[in-house]
Amino acid sequence: MNTFKDLWQIAKKDLLEFARDKLRLVTFLIMPMFMMIMTGFIFPNQNTLKNISLGVTNQDSQYGQKLVETISVLKLTGNNPAFQIKSYANLDAIKDGIKKQEISGGLVILEDFTQKVNQNQQAEVTLVEDPSNPQISALVSQTLMQTVAAFGQQIGIQKINLLLNSLSPVPEQSQPKDNSALAILAPVGTKLESIIPGNPNYFEFIAPGIMAMIVMTAVLTGLAASIAREKEQGTLDGILISPINRLAIILGKALAQAIRGLIQGAIVLLLAFLLFGVTIHGSLFLVASLLLLGIFSFVGLGILVSAVATEQETATQLLFMFQFPMLFLSGVFFPILMMPRFMQQIAHLIPLTYAINALRKVMVLGAGLPSVQTELLILFLFGAATLAVAVPVFKRVITK
Amino acid sequence: MTQNTIGNILEVRNLTKKFGNFVAVDQVTFDIQKGEIFGFLGPNGAGKSTTIRMLTTLLRPTSGKATLLNYDIVNQSDKVRKHIGLVAEKIILYDRLTARENLEFFGNLFHLPQTDIKERTRKWIARLDMENWVNAQVGTFSTGMKQRINIARALLTEPDILFLDEPTLGLDPQTTHLIRQFIRELNEQGVTILLTTHDMLEAEELSNRIAIIDHGKIVAQDTAENLKKIVSEKDHPTLEDVFLQITGTQIRDTGNERMTPTHGHRFGFRKTSRVR
Ligand SMILES: Nc1ncnc2c1ncn2[C@@H]1O[C@H](COP(=O)(O)OP(=O)(O)OP(=O)(O)O)[C@@H](O)[C@H]1O
Ligand SMILES: [Mg+2]
Repeated sequence: MNTFKDLWQIAKKDLLEFARDKLRLVTFLIMPMFMMIMTGFIFPNQNTLKNISLGVTNQDSQYGQKLVETISVLKLTGNNPAFQIKSYANLDAIKDGIKKQEISGGLVILEDFTQKVNQNQQAEVTLVEDPSNPQISALVSQTLMQTVAAFGQQIGIQKINLLLNSLSPVPEQSQPKDNSALAILAPVGTKLESIIPGNPNYFEFIAPGIMAMIVMTAVLTGLAASIAREKEQGTLDGILISPINRLAIILGKALAQAIRGLIQGAIVLLLAFLLFGVTIHGSLFLVASLLLLGIFSFVGLGILVSAVATEQETATQLLFMFQFPMLFLSGVFFPILMMPRFMQQIAHLIPLTYAINALRKVMVLGAGLPSVQTELLILFLFGAATLAVAVPVFKRVITK
Repeated sequence: MTQNTIGNILEVRNLTKKFGNFVAVDQVTFDIQKGEIFGFLGPNGAGKSTTIRMLTTLLRPTSGKATLLNYDIVNQSDKVRKHIGLVAEKIILYDRLTARENLEFFGNLFHLPQTDIKERTRKWIARLDMENWVNAQVGTFSTGMKQRINIARALLTEPDILFLDEPTLGLDPQTTHLIRQFIRELNEQGVTILLTTHDMLEAEELSNRIAIIDHGKIVAQDTAENLKKIVSEKDHPTLEDVFLQITGTQIRDTGNERMTPTHGHRFGFRKTSRVR
């Protein structure tokens, strides 16, 4: 019972110290925002496709003009048009424009576009990609191709309707519907059935990972730095000279960091929601519990690092060595299944992997407790095991 | 070796601390009697702070033993902790906490009743003339103000023995005077004191007995008066004469292979290795 009280005393003191440190407070709040905005915009998704400059050469007045209009009013998110159309004289001018980075892609419609359509020939448009920006390019091309295909389909439907009408003229009321024309044009359709409403974007995939990453690295460095700082300043002696349980010192410091971590996690989630439209499909409580257990799984490691490092700087540098590979291996950005086999095996040794995996299940798929209990158990065991090693080491090293 | 000697609050036997191959404290043996002020002197790097850290359970001895009120400092460290107070070389206070918050925090770590914490805080704060500052953050304090709160912190548990590692270092004459006066007062109230200082006058003025440690070994141990008899060349030798005669005039920080900057506030360098 006393251990809990002591633990809380330490945590309270750490939080109070922290809350009064303006500079640390500001970096604490800005860091998740910064990371979130950075990663959010580095990885483009449909949401980022707005007001993209698109060079257009249109030499055709009828269908060509219609197609350009369709593209110019296209909206993927909110009220912003996806493309800002700029006119160029010809293909070379568009290529020039891309080189000068005036535009992120181009579209060329030749003068015989309408003519070919009317003569039942296949009309063509030319897409120009910007190879210097493959991610945006891919999105632009994909969007344009879909738009052009849909546009073509519209024309096709009209044509088939005309054809059907001319084959068997029927009374007004039983005019063939678009449906039958569509069925002829595209006899097989695909219907996507998702287990969650709406269409998840790449950001929904990475948001749980980014949150876990930010929170856990912050807690890990925060814990090690906080112990190292007290060691350096000599105040740790004041705590160590008291008869409280050494575990209470460690857990108290960890609790302070965990509370900070949860606040940062909440900031990340809020930003993900506000800026990138990420919604949580599962329970918030489960998300918080997963984060907490994820943090717990790291406490032992943080203690070990601060036990060996005598100075704050050494601790931070040591931790950076752990963190960097961890970010790539734990599946924050890429699905683990896409990694080579040996890397997958390493990934399974990192607790962050399980935390992210479980968070993704809950946040993206709306999974409940039963689907993540394995991960919860692994995180807990990992934390307990590392603590079981770290606490005796800490005790020994601290009086060395 | 006699244990449980009546009248001894602290008994130190062959206490040794090695850092790697370097022997910082070498077979140190001494007793401190209940109620005395024990001056613990020695040149820089002699091993004074290391000895204090071992006696206050912060550092594990390599060998030897020590008992405080018959509690073993290693095996019964929690018992020991309840009876000691420590004013270390570095001030043990959090800059971003107020004086009162600091005292409350450390008092709580010792599971003191809230009423005791309040009462003792009030008492020491008043005696040390810090009443106007008790709700200000320690970071805004001068060294002298910090040291006064630091001493109040060490006294929260009403310890039987107080370890003072250079308590007047870097303080102005006024604060130094106040603190010396206070040390005497505490001692009169029955608190045993182990005092480390580089100020020979302070040591002589306050201590009942003095031990001089050099290169990790105790090289002299007696009352100031008796120690002075060692010096034969002078008619009225000072404690400084004694100190210099015993420990020599060679400066300690020379002739070492390894010099590392310290984070300390006083000397640019601290010796990490010594040619023996
Ligand atoms: N943690 C440590 N690791 C290695 N060497 C140490 C450590 N702590 C102290 N020492 C060395 O042990 C020796 C004794 O140091 P100590 O601090 O006890 O001296 P001191 O008598 O208190 O000196 P001062 O008067 O400068 O405070 C010094 O040479 C110091 O460099
Ligand atoms: Mg010292």
